[in-house]
Amino acid sequence: MDMYSDITLTVNGESVTRCVESRTNLVDFLRYELGLTGSHVGCEHGVCGACTIRMDGRIVRGCLTLAAQAEGAEVWTIEGVSETNEIRPLQKAFVERNALQCGFCTPGMLLTIAELMERKPDASREEIREFISGNFCRCTGYQAIVDAVEIAREKGANS
Amino acid sequence: MKPAPFAYAKASTLEDALSLLAEHGDDARILAGGQSLMATLNMRLSAPQVLVDINRIDGLAGINDTGDALRIGAMTRHSDVETSDLIAQHAPLIAAAVDHIAHPAIRNRGTFGGSIAFADPAAELPACAMALDATMHIAGLNGERDVPAADFFEGLYETAIQPGEILTGVSIPKIADGWKSGFMELARRRGDYAIIGIAAQAKFDGSTFGDARLVYFNAGDRPVSTPQTAALLNGQGWSDDMAEKLAASLKRELDPPDDLNADGPMRKHLAGVLAKRVLGPMAGA
Repeated sequence: MDMYSDITLTVNGESVTRCVESRTNLVDFLRYELGLTGSHVGCEHGVCGACTIRMDGRIVRGCLTLAAQAEGAEVWTIEGVSETNEIRPLQKAFVERNALQCGFCTPGMLLTIAELMERKPDASREEIREFISGNFCRCTGYQAIVDAVEIAREKGANS
Repeated sequence: MKPAPFAYAKASTLEDALSLLAEHGDDARILAGGQSLMATLNMRLSAPQVLVDINRIDGLAGINDTGDALRIGAMTRHSDVETSDLIAQHAPLIAAAVDHIAHPAIRNRGTFGGSIAFADPAAELPACAMALDATMHIAGLNGERDVPAADFFEGLYETAIQPGEILTGVSIPKIADGWKSGFMELARRRGDYAIIGIAAQAKFDGSTFGDARLVYFNAGDRPVSTPQTAALLNGQGWSDDMAEKLAASLKRELDPPDDLNADGPMRKHLAGVLAKRVLGPMAGA
């Protein structure tokens, strides 16, 4: 037990080992230690969803999870899922439908929607809104985002 | 903001966690899902010296059928409760409540036991535990003990869990034939804390209520049961007249606080609205 923790985890498919201050949260670790600045930091108390990342196959709040807790975990960030083309149709639909303006919420929004499309592939517009209710967008009013989810579902991997 | 520095200890067994708590006393906090704790640390509303992480302890997570009840391990994530067939089949009140807890990313991490042990008066699960007569399983260095939900919630964020103890699980009696449950909350946005909410369960003979129990959340310093109002239902069916009687009774029986979202009188009014919206459909009206 220490003020520092040694951790080894997989980030975007690559193994990393670091010594971190125990109080370091996962999103700060990704941004400052690994330079993966695609995950954003907004409210730092779990409300805004900008820091959403995927840990062991599920989205989590990067600000409410300690880096020390990610020992042995498999973490994916927006950089990783962009590079693997996993969310390509969704990203194209976001562009097509102009589902972002400033883009601050977009990485968290995309990872959240990726999980929605896996867990509830037939979600209604209302259910889409519910699922992304923990991701704040202060630009779009969400209409275009919900549209983009529907477009991405229709076009799927063919886009 | 960033949390103040703390030491981090990963407990590998329950005994390990209990020893760490015994060693560090009030300076230590248990880290379960962390979805409330981490936020308070980030805002520096609390600054413990040591966090005892219980996420890696085997056997603290999972939902088991124990015959007449389901035992939900303290570290069971909300999202696993949400998708559990056992919960859907035997604890429909919990199934109805769980997807009102915050948002998907928080439900992936937040735990059933954490919500019960934290005892936020605005939280869904403590009210459900009261309505269902759940039993809380608490471990200490001297062994395990069980506390019924009715004796568990002692005040604002206060429970029967003593210093040095850990909540290990909650047993929920399976819903019996003829019983129905109802759940609803009013929030300005999906996933926000409820302005007020209701967890209800009753036994039905046709459309006649029996053994009704109503528990409100965010209506006081802990989940608030309203036995006098519930008693009005027993032996009766649903009617507009009944809705008015319940609303009037709730205004006498509840004493909800004022806050920025609603004042006490508004909460009392909404309690009646929720009773009407939940109990009518339960009776098939």
